[in-house]
This record gives sequence, structure tokens and C-alpha cells, in this order.
Amino acid sequence: MIKEVFNKPTKWSVMKSLILKEIDDLIIGSMGIVAFISFFIGGVVAIQTALNLTNPLIPKSLIAFATRQSVILEFAPTFISIIMAGRAGSYITSSIGTMRVTEQIDALEVMGVNAINYLIFPKIVAFTLYPFVIAISMFLGIMGGWLAGVYGGFVGSDQFLEGIQTDFIPFHVFYAFLKTFVFGMLLATIPSFHGFYMKGGALEVGKASTTSFVWTSVVIITVNYIITQLLLS
Amino acid sequence: MIEIKDIEKSFGDTKVLKGISTTFETGKTNLIIGRSGSGKTVMLKTLLGIHTPEKGSISFDGRIYSELTRDEKRSLRTEIGMVFQGSALFDSMNVEDNVAFPLKMFTNKRGREIKDRVNEVLERVNLVDANYKFPNEISGGMQKRVAIARAIVNNPKYLFCDEPNSGLDPETSILIDELIQEITREYDMTTVINTHDMNSVLQIGEKIVFLKNGIKEWEGTNEQILETRNKSIVEFVYSSELFKKVRESLLEEDDEERKQDLNIKDE
Repeated sequence: MIKEVFNKPTKWSVMKSLILKEIDDLIIGSMGIVAFISFFIGGVVAIQTALNLTNPLIPKSLIAFATRQSVILEFAPTFISIIMAGRAGSYITSSIGTMRVTEQIDALEVMGVNAINYLIFPKIVAFTLYPFVIAISMFLGIMGGWLAGVYGGFVGSDQFLEGIQTDFIPFHVFYAFLKTFVFGMLLATIPSFHGFYMKGGALEVGKASTTSFVWTSVVIITVNYIITQLLLS
Repeated sequence: MIEIKDIEKSFGDTKVLKGISTTFETGKTNLIIGRSGSGKTVMLKTLLGIHTPEKGSISFDGRIYSELTRDEKRSLRTEIGMVFQGSALFDSMNVEDNVAFPLKMFTNKRGREIKDRVNEVLERVNLVDANYKFPNEISGGMQKRVAIARAIVNNPKYLFCDEPNSGLDPETSILIDELIQEITREYDMTTVINTHDMNSVLQIGEKIVFLKNGIKEWEGTNEQILETRNKSIVEFVYSSELFKKVRESLLEEDDEERKQDLNIKDE
């Protein structure tokens, strides 16, 4: 399938509008839910850390440090990718699956269109912008932590700002974005595969969406472990 | 002209097409008929290149499909128009974009030229003022017209239709059949229609191929089909005729009841 994605590309003028449509549907369309979840989870991480810091010898700036590390290393890249597997992944599988069921893919192929390239390539290109979504998620997660920490009375603003700069390792950001990029490719291809090669009717479209979500999540979690093992251990 | 020579197609141990040979002529409406499971759809999909036959050859005006290169096959496909059973319109596009799709994909025509051509074919299929409607906003008959418009917009040499009047009322069915026949003559296409609708067979069947259990059981014209003594085809035709007779007897009963009602009122 991957070979066919890049084989005999669709006319550029058509592909351009397809890519823009997919960016709108998959990336911009996901921003709302990503922003909402990131902001509140960041806040919750900060509160949970604060509530567990019972030893007065541990500085309060650790709340910010823990929030930053949790958000950048795991929450934004991995947790948001699982959310995206449900949101964008199900959308991809059900839209391509419905096209399969209603013979729209057959219609493309009979016309001489490389259906795999036409349907999947724009999604892969759109997901190359996925790291931007995660960057925004990281920012909003830390913002949520700051607001919850400061306005909840757990930590002072200065202490929080000091904490988020403590022991900052730029490689962690590189690691987070590298795995985000890999997850983006998985989010584009696994649901597309399940939709494109599904068989049956409307009921099977629903089943394919569920299966695609499960497999995308499983692969993301597994790949996350492998990348973490390779880069951080 | 499409020439089929001795094609065979199996799925696992089941042989679906068993050595079929026939010719579909240009400018004529050629029909493939037969009961469900007789191999009609497999034959159509094999003609379209969706299925590859294990044996035999299919030639499009002398071009043998299996001997063509990948690019030649793709190029041949741009000469093919297809009307699917469920219309297979792209539901994310409106009528105009659906019809314009082949032009945008395979020609260098610009916006105004594309729009003019789209309007021309939509007018040809008697579909005006529906350009900006989406497939789910129009009736089944209108969807079929859009599918026909999309199939002919790029002036194809070959038109394939899979059950073009399934799910349509008899009146709309006849209109769609007439439209396909008119367009076939107008564009001088080789049209192959897969159907089990007896009205279509009698109305537009200039060449009919009857399949039974993957074998070509009979071929002829719509005039010959009524006179043939081939047992299988007589059974197939009679199954449709039966419904007609049931309807006639019901109408006769209805008339008698009305007459009786009138007599009672007169008394």
C-alpha cells in the first residue's frame, strides 16, 4: 500500500486542493479538542503534583518541573495521539470505508485514478503538520498547569516560572517531536489501511473504525516504548 | 468494439466464468442478462479490468488488455465510462463537481471550459438546476442521470452500466434506458449493460448475451429473444411475464368488482 501511495501521483492542481481539505479536516479541525484536553490535563497534573508534595523541604517549583516533564515527554505526544486515533483515525477509516462500500473507490479505479494515492497521500501530507498541533498542546498544557497552580494557591507565579526552566534538556523536545512525527504517520496510514481494505456493508464500516482505533492505539503505545528505549535509556 | 475470447475466471475452487466468447459492437446497446449468481457482475468487472481472467483475452478495438503496459491500461481506462448500480457518486462533492471530476483529473481544460462542458452534459441528461445539490439531496433517478453525465463527460469510447435501473420506478427506468440508448448512438460508443430487467431487454437489447452458471447460454437480439426455444432463456423470460399476467388478472378482478359495485348502486 505504501508503495502505491507514492506511485502515479494525482494531478497536482487536484492534489493541492485535496491536501488543503485534509489539513482543514484533520489538523485544524482537531485543534479545539486538543486545546481543551491539553489545558485541563496540564492543570490536573499540576494540582496532583502539588497535593502529593507534603514534604516542606521539597521546593514548590517542582510542581512546574513535573508539569513540564509530564506534558512534553508523554502527555502531549502520546496521550493526544491516542485521542487523535479516536478523533481523526475513526474519521479516516469511516470516510474511506464508506467510499469502499458505496463503490466510490471502484469508480475512481475504473476511471484510471490511483485511488490509494488520491485518498491516502493527502492525509499523510496533512499529518506532517501534526507536530505543530503537539507544540500547541505542550504550550497549553503548561499554561493550564501554571493557571491551576497559581490561582489554586499551590505555587507562586515566580516559583512556577523558575520550575519550568529547571534542568531543561533540549533533547527531550527533539525526542517528543520525533515521536510525534512517527505517530502522525501512523495516524494517517493505519486508519487508511483499515478503511481502504474493508469488506462488507455499513455495519462493517463501524467495526472497521473500532478496529482501526484499537490497532492505531496499540501500535502508538508500542512504538512509544521502542522510541523511548532507543533514545532515552 | 469489444471482443471477448474464451475467458475464464475462478474464485478459489469456484469457477464463475467458464470460457465465454462474444463480441460487443460499437454504436449498439449490448446487454448481459441472467439470474443472480450467473456471473454477470464478474463478467462486467473482468471487462473493466477489476478482475483478471485466468484464461482468454479481452480486446478493445484490437488492443488486447492483458498485453497492454500499466500506462496503456491507465490510458485505456480514461476511455471508459462506468455507471455503477448504486451510482457511486462522490458524496463529498456536489453534482457539478462530480461530473467535472474526470475533466479535472484527465484533461488540461480550464475552469470556464469545464463548467461549459459540465452544463452541456447535464442538459443532455435532462438535469438542469441541480448543479449545486449534493447526491443525498437528489432522487435515485437524478443520481443515475448524474452518474451517466459523469460517465460521458470525457467522451468515452466504451460505456459500462451495472444494473442502471435497479431501485427505480418503471417510468424512470424506461427514461434511463432510452437515455442510454440515445447517448450510445450519439457518441458512437460501445455500451455494455448488465441487467436482469426484462423491460430493458425488450426495449434496448440490440445485442443480448444470456449467462447461466458462468456459461454463455444464448445470444441474440430483443426480437429473437421472444421467439427462441432455448429452455433456459424461456424460463428466464417467463419468470418476468408471470408477474405481468398476475397484474393483468388482478386488474380484471378489480374491473369486475367495480362493475358489481355499480350494479348494486343502480339497484
